[in-house]
Amino acid sequence: MTLLEVKGVSKSFRGLQAVREASFEVPQGSINGLIGPNGAGKTTIFNMVAGVFAPDSGQILFNGKPIQGFRPDQVCAAGIGRTFQLVKPFAGLSVLDNVIVGALHKERTVAAARVHASSILKKLNLDAKAHLPASSLTLPDRKRLEVARALATRPRLLLLDEVMAGLRPTECDQMVQVFRDLNRTEGLTILLIEHVMRAVMALARHIGVLHHGEVIARGTPEEIVRHPAVLECYLGEETEV
Amino acid sequence: MSLDLVVNVVIAGLLTGLVYGLMALGLSVIFGVVRVVNFAHGEMMTIAMYAATVLFAALKLDPFLALVPVAAAFFVFGYAMQAGLINPFITRPEHSQFMLLVAVAIIMVNALLMIFGPDARNVQVDYQLESFEIGRILIDKARLYSALVAIAAAAALFAFFKFTLTGKAIRACADNYLGAKVVGLNVKKYYSLTFGLGSACVAVAGCAMVLLVDVTPPLGPYYTLLAFVIVIVGGLGSMTGALLGGVLIGVSEALAGLFIAPSAKSMFSFGLLILVLLLRPQGLLGKKQ
Amino acid sequence: MSRAGIGLAALTTLLVAFPAFAGPYALSVATLILYFAYTGQAWNVMMGFAGQLSLGHSLYVGVGAYAAGALFFHYGIGPWVGLWLAMALCVAFGLVIGFLAFRFGISGVYFALLTIAFAEFTRIGFDHLDWLGGPGGMFLRVAQRDVWDLANFRGPPLMYYYAMLFLTVAAFLLCFFLLRSKAGYYWQAIRENEEAAQALGINTFRWKMAAVALSAAMTSVSGVFFAFYYNNLFPEQIFHISRSIEIILGPVIGGVGTLFGPILGAAVLTLLSDGITDLLAALGWEIPGIKQVFYGIVLLAVVMFLPHGIWPAVSRRLGFHK
Repeated sequence: MTLLEVKGVSKSFRGLQAVREASFEVPQGSINGLIGPNGAGKTTIFNMVAGVFAPDSGQILFNGKPIQGFRPDQVCAAGIGRTFQLVKPFAGLSVLDNVIVGALHKERTVAAARVHASSILKKLNLDAKAHLPASSLTLPDRKRLEVARALATRPRLLLLDEVMAGLRPTECDQMVQVFRDLNRTEGLTILLIEHVMRAVMALARHIGVLHHGEVIARGTPEEIVRHPAVLECYLGEETEV
Repeated sequence: MSLDLVVNVVIAGLLTGLVYGLMALGLSVIFGVVRVVNFAHGEMMTIAMYAATVLFAALKLDPFLALVPVAAAFFVFGYAMQAGLINPFITRPEHSQFMLLVAVAIIMVNALLMIFGPDARNVQVDYQLESFEIGRILIDKARLYSALVAIAAAAALFAFFKFTLTGKAIRACADNYLGAKVVGLNVKKYYSLTFGLGSACVAVAGCAMVLLVDVTPPLGPYYTLLAFVIVIVGGLGSMTGALLGGVLIGVSEALAGLFIAPSAKSMFSFGLLILVLLLRPQGLLGKKQ
Repeated sequence: MSRAGIGLAALTTLLVAFPAFAGPYALSVATLILYFAYTGQAWNVMMGFAGQLSLGHSLYVGVGAYAAGALFFHYGIGPWVGLWLAMALCVAFGLVIGFLAFRFGISGVYFALLTIAFAEFTRIGFDHLDWLGGPGGMFLRVAQRDVWDLANFRGPPLMYYYAMLFLTVAAFLLCFFLLRSKAGYYWQAIRENEEAAQALGINTFRWKMAAVALSAAMTSVSGVFFAFYYNNLFPEQIFHISRSIEIILGPVIGGVGTLFGPILGAAVLTLLSDGITDLLAALGWEIPGIKQVFYGIVLLAVVMFLPHGIWPAVSRRLGFHK
């Protein structure tokens, strides 16, 4: 069944059309990718789903219910968690406390939140660093923390905003494994915006390609790689495969 | 309440407002470029006013002449303050810098209190009691001269920023800190220069103001708030906005003093600040950020 | 019990026993320190917890003082009833300021300026309210200073000392438990990074309003104390921006956002400033304004060299964990 449905969504900023009638679906339990060249409108769509701003027109349905125009905290309440492209840890708090903040969304008491947060840290291999200040973490660990925090809110859909950026290939592979496991064991649906093809191809079963604010292709990784429109937008015209 | 009275009051408010505008211009320049909230701005103005009274008492120096050495001294002081006190802390969080200047302001106001005592001081020159008569309109000579000096100083500042190389460099630093550094501009030096210039503006405004108003230490915080009201109403980072805001505040204060009660003047300014912060935080002429 | 807990118990015992070996001057100084410790802690809730810099907190002290004072002055109603009116009014003011600020996205320095504007506006406004005494002030009748009369909050200085001590300890405990609660976590998250907090399901507007309301309510109690301790209220004095700055000096010097900061800061500041004033008086220099210059210098030094306040450095030395 379709968990997230973006229907004919458009957004322009001061006359510049960032997204034009974009539509795609995210089936429950799948890992989906959204790719495209810079300026294609991926982050804009992402932000509209996450509640940062509302679309000018179109609908965003989550679990069949419209969520376009929701505030970010309402989006989280609906069951969507997100990470940020430029990580935003609560620098003054410990790693564990960071995740507790997320866990408090669903847990009734701080004690219960602490338990849940600890289990999430374990899942993401951060439990050894639980009591360190978040500001002392390396970038890959900060990214894990970001994911852990979002996961603590018990989302049904996790939005990942260029989470692989800045990671070395081995670190990238580790993250891919984390998401694969989460998807497999918990049935977590994932939508990721990515530039790092290595990750997208390895993870996503369904990919949407954006170019100039429009969805120009949808399909499996194998289909996308051969799609003429995709090749044209990434590599230019008259390209031989 | 005759029309003549209202017209005279409005004109007086307009002229005073131009001096306010010059004071606010200094703040706008400092905030617009260095992004430092100079909470000691009014206190600096008050120091300039006291300096003028001292020079007058000691050397019978007319404030309009005194403004040259005072402005020069303030330029140096402002430069030194930015270079020595603020630049080293540029990377600190915003409210930290703010507190720094709050501390400086406290020291300034109370140092003035210690040195000069709480009693009012002023300057008495011959032409202070004279006015120009244009038909039935009376314009105080002192007020007119002060306003003209304010306009001249503002024009000089405008010209500096528009036509000189240094001025353009400073504008570059304001527009794009990183970009300016990348092209090799010594941004910290330009920050210091800007603070010096802003301080010099305040000095000129102070020397002009001392002919219109008696000076006491509590004027410091009052002028600081007034400068912020003007800059926010007129638009942060807009030089014309600062002057326009000054005139607006000057006129509205004068009218409020006439129609409501003299002591309620500043209440009006604060009310205006609240309104502007809520409805149009970029001010009348500022750019939306 | 942890080292910090032992230290705390020791300190409290000391403070409770203090009047036994303190003269009347020392007692009044101690009361003043506790007053600033408590009020600083109240301010700390807004700044240290929710990250909103208020430079107009004298508004709440003043409104609280006048509310309780007016009820007593005009109707003979005692401070325990006046307290509720004071709290209600201050919370209302706080919510208005908070609503205006947060709905319109005003934060940081602009928020600080907004709070200053409100306090100044109120100061001048109260100067024109004759029913509240106007600029000439409101004077509360003091029935007696000998017997503890808690109902009317009248009695010897000892009573005021213990009242303030009680308030300070209560505020400390309140903040201690709040910090460890969901509210505390959410407020700190908002302070650290509001955007990230929203993404985790926190309605930051509502929580910021709650912080403002709590801070205002706590500060109103200071006002009520002020009214019945000093018994004369002047708008020029109580709403003045210097009062707002005095309130923040303790927490800023001691450590914003920490539990002990406001208390430590208030103690250090009051003791040092009194010490210096006495020293100068002994040398024959009694100059108005010298105390404030001293405040300014201390504030400058702390902001420049100990940006997190004195408490974090001290607590590390003493071996406490937080």
